[in-house]
Amino acid sequence: MVGNGRQDKQFGTGRMACSHAQDDTGTLTFGLLDEEGVAYVEIERGRRYAFFTDSSICIGCKACEVACKEWNGVPDDGFVFRATSYDNTGHLGSDTWRHVAFIEQDGRWLMSSDVCKHCTHAACLDVCPTGALFRTEFDTVVVQPDICNGCGYCVPACPFGVIERRESDGRAWKCTMCYDRLRGGMEPACAKACPTDSIQFGPLDELRERAQARLDRLHADGVEEARLYGESPDDGVGGTGAFFLLLDDPEVYGLPPDPVVTTRDLPQMWRWAGGAALTLVGAAMASFLRRR
Amino acid sequence: MAECHPVGFQWVMEARLRGVKVFHIDPRFSRTSAAVDRYLPIRAGSDIVLLGALINYVLSNELYFREYVLAYTNAATLVSERFRDTEDLDGLFSGFDPGTRRYDTGSWAYEGDEDARTDEMREGSGVHAEAAGSDSYGARGAGASARPPTDPTLRHPRCVFQILKRHFARYTPEMVQELCGISPEEFAELAEAITANSGRERTTAWVYSVGWTQHSVGVQYIRAASILQLLLGNIGRPGGGILALRGHASIQGSTDIPTLFNLLPGYIAMPHAHRHDDLADYLRREGGDTGYWGNRRAYLVSLLKAWWGDAATEDNDFCFDYLPRLTGDHGHYTTVMGQIDGTVKGYFVVGENPAVGSSNGKAQRLGLANLDWLVVRDLTVVETASFWKDAPELETGELRTQDIATEVFFLPAASHVEKEGTFTNTQRLLQWREKALEPPGECRSDLWFYYHLGKLIRQRLGDDEVDRPAKELTWDYPEHGEIREPSAEAVLREINGTGPDGRALSSYQELRPDGSTTCGCWIYCGVYADEVNQAARRRPGSAQSWVAPEWGWAWPANRRTLYNRASADPEGRPWSERKAYVWWDAEKGEWTGHDVPDFDKHKAPGYEPPEGARAEGALAGTDPFIMQSDGKGWLYVPSGLADGPLPTHYEPHESPVLNTLYGRQANPARRLYDRPENPYNPPGSAQFPYVFTTSRVTEHHTAGGMSRTLPYLSELQPAPFCEVSPRLAAEVGLVNGGWATIVTSRAAAEMRVLVTDRVRPLRVQGQLIEQVVIPYHWGYGGGGVVTGDVANDLLAIVLDPNVYIQESKAGTCAVLPGRRPRGRALLDLIEEYRHG
Repeated sequence: MVGNGRQDKQFGTGRMACSHAQDDTGTLTFGLLDEEGVAYVEIERGRRYAFFTDSSICIGCKACEVACKEWNGVPDDGFVFRATSYDNTGHLGSDTWRHVAFIEQDGRWLMSSDVCKHCTHAACLDVCPTGALFRTEFDTVVVQPDICNGCGYCVPACPFGVIERRESDGRAWKCTMCYDRLRGGMEPACAKACPTDSIQFGPLDELRERAQARLDRLHADGVEEARLYGESPDDGVGGTGAFFLLLDDPEVYGLPPDPVVTTRDLPQMWRWAGGAALTLVGAAMASFLRRR
Repeated sequence: MAECHPVGFQWVMEARLRGVKVFHIDPRFSRTSAAVDRYLPIRAGSDIVLLGALINYVLSNELYFREYVLAYTNAATLVSERFRDTEDLDGLFSGFDPGTRRYDTGSWAYEGDEDARTDEMREGSGVHAEAAGSDSYGARGAGASARPPTDPTLRHPRCVFQILKRHFARYTPEMVQELCGISPEEFAELAEAITANSGRERTTAWVYSVGWTQHSVGVQYIRAASILQLLLGNIGRPGGGILALRGHASIQGSTDIPTLFNLLPGYIAMPHAHRHDDLADYLRREGGDTGYWGNRRAYLVSLLKAWWGDAATEDNDFCFDYLPRLTGDHGHYTTVMGQIDGTVKGYFVVGENPAVGSSNGKAQRLGLANLDWLVVRDLTVVETASFWKDAPELETGELRTQDIATEVFFLPAASHVEKEGTFTNTQRLLQWREKALEPPGECRSDLWFYYHLGKLIRQRLGDDEVDRPAKELTWDYPEHGEIREPSAEAVLREINGTGPDGRALSSYQELRPDGSTTCGCWIYCGVYADEVNQAARRRPGSAQSWVAPEWGWAWPANRRTLYNRASADPEGRPWSERKAYVWWDAEKGEWTGHDVPDFDKHKAPGYEPPEGARAEGALAGTDPFIMQSDGKGWLYVPSGLADGPLPTHYEPHESPVLNTLYGRQANPARRLYDRPENPYNPPGSAQFPYVFTTSRVTEHHTAGGMSRTLPYLSELQPAPFCEVSPRLAAEVGLVNGGWATIVTSRAAAEMRVLVTDRVRPLRVQGQLIEQVVIPYHWGYGGGGVVTGDVANDLLAIVLDPNVYIQESKAGTCAVLPGRRPRGRALLDLIEEYRHG
């Protein structure tokens, strides 16, 4: 138990950005209330927390992008008119930790807020030589800027292209799932700011159940194209700590269809390399012995 | 709504999760369109055709809520024999004077009322229309008898119902296709949805914003929606209504306690210099004696007592003479023309940026450049304060900095988190806001500014008679802190008002006409009931009933839904269990329910007013619309409007198509400023073949003063742009991501191009009409992180004749590829198009 169930006054409307329950219709609008009807967020150490981003109710307001930058002090990402629908930040990177994609299709306009996936098997963390990247007590993946030496190994390691070195200081930056807020008993800034609860924060297991219920409801309503992305522990990264409900193929949103932790083959590669090394050593010794 | 009110839109999303069907009707496919069940594109400026056709559909298929319509609206009321409809006069109502372009509304009256009306109720004299009197008349429901003659069978040819049927008969699905570009199939889907979801068991709500109001027939758009909602029984009931989304926080508050030239607090008409000699004269001439406006003496005298305290006595008419007087139109655009003409010398601009945000930016800036002094209070140095060094007219040579004599005072303002006070939202809900931190440096709240300015002025006054109104004002609020901030709660308490014992009043029904009560705004009376700041209440919705009466405070009397007497049938029983809201408890002899009843608590449904009764006593137990002099919802408006008792489709002043419904192209009573600074594109002009509509995007705030200076917002929409269809892009030669120049008779503005399938050409009168969507947030400077040409420079000044709102949602333009020329060449380009 962190932050002693701190009360969060802005929840006083009776509407919770942090939804921990749902009613029998699958409506995603309920939260924790104390005896006085004041909502609060209860965040425990040792439990895995996650984002569930339901793109079917995203209205593309970008409040998540702004709230993230405000809270985390992320610099602006340049003032470039990209002429890619309403998206002028382009993609996730060192200076954009939440990114809303806008996809114009025939008769519909898809929007979805992307973020670091906080993978179960996180390659960025595997390759970090300094220990700057670490797994927190909330099972999230965070870079410690005071330890990062800017080697950049994590950048190509990420199968989603999330982490990036910042030009100005050379260090790697990405979403921390508002680690400082979690430690203070508060949900991440993006989830808090999201007006429609498209971004939901909570324990991973609960979010997976809620996402499944939402998916079932959409399928029952005839939205056949709805699917979950990143929720399966059996995928190439062992499931993500930030998963999505999408209305089209992942590629449409700029997400890899079958992400694989880039360090998956490392043990085998090391074995091959080790074998090769041994062979070389053996050969060298053999030649040495022969010379004798 | 998702685009401009994303936080409020969460409730629409929740409604959708519960199965509500949501339509979005807009020229522009916005983020709202993406999040609803059905999007219907419509040609900008044609909404009355659509609404009129829905009214016609409801009437001709007998889908109206008959009991509701008969009991609660003026459907059965007979109209004067002298009235002539647009059906008879090819687009004109009776009483039009082509010389003054104004209506004498005498013939629009109910039968028997024609001669009982005072001059003020008729527009013919011009005086009333000059001063935008309709704004207050509409609110006061002036000039109709409490008991006009009726025909409850609705068959009399001159009853409102029959007039309505004839008036809207030509508004057919075919007309909708021809003028709006909406197919009969799409129309049928909409019509069936709203009628299937109205009646005893269900209600439908309409939500609108400035896409409906900013037209030369803006008020009549809302009137059309009112007629539809009254016919369907969707007013005064939960889930019903016509909901106006305001354009900025607390705009509702700034009409309740107005920054409008023609109103005093609580929608009381501002007295006129040439018509109101004294208080009795004013009260006699301004409105009827029945309905709640019959108590207007109590409201006005209490206001005068709040302002002038002990100095206001029965003997001196409670200082009525101290009130400023109107001499005509003192609205925004007339004021700007006065600046250009040199008759207006000084100007306060507070929290606005007219150099970017108002129509015809060049006229705005020419006005600013011709002032003696200008005070701008804002968070940042907006273009209205910096025009003298960076206005585009400097580049063209129309202005030179060294020639501009305007003395500009820029005074930094405190933001909403740096001051306390209330916001009033569109639901009339007052919510108290705490101060989170002290304003930095010399930034000050508006309250601080006006209070201390007032004190300084009062110190400088002599003994002149003319200074007495200022000297005798009650101007003594408690101050606190280092900067001597006046107490906003003390101001709120003054607005609430006090009784003879000095205690805070709890309802406007306690106000007295004899000077024994004070009240700064009668509709806000009760916001400080029991000496408690009721607006500061924050009991969560989950901890109270679903109406949530203990969250903030709603005017009047904390009623959450206006006219809610109409949620019960004439006998006082809920229309249905599902839609029960307030009802009559016969045992207790009182109205009760989930909300505060908007009705005399003990007036039984069977109450019939005695002869000669006045104010609320003159309304029957079945009259829910208590502000109207006859207690009815007005399908037909016998008095108060400047351009007609019924909505009629007129084309926008600038339109590429002909009005095929009537011989009148545009609203005959619209306000024009035909001057060199404000040239108009001719209708049907080949030079200006495209429709354009201005808009907003989520990432920016109005004229940009609160967003263009912030990197986190500016990077999200960094440049002015226009949205065009692929077809138009191909026709003109525009490239996605490239540049376009939009030309009108006023200006040429360059912007980036977004080619998108979301913009679709509409087939109107057999031709494909292209619409260009232009967000208006950018400006030339003002310390912005991002800059660009001003979209509103493109707009002409042409106004709705009732409330003087500009027609900024429908104009015509030319579109050129590439960037605009600079300097004199820019003026040459505009000239070429204007005369070409």
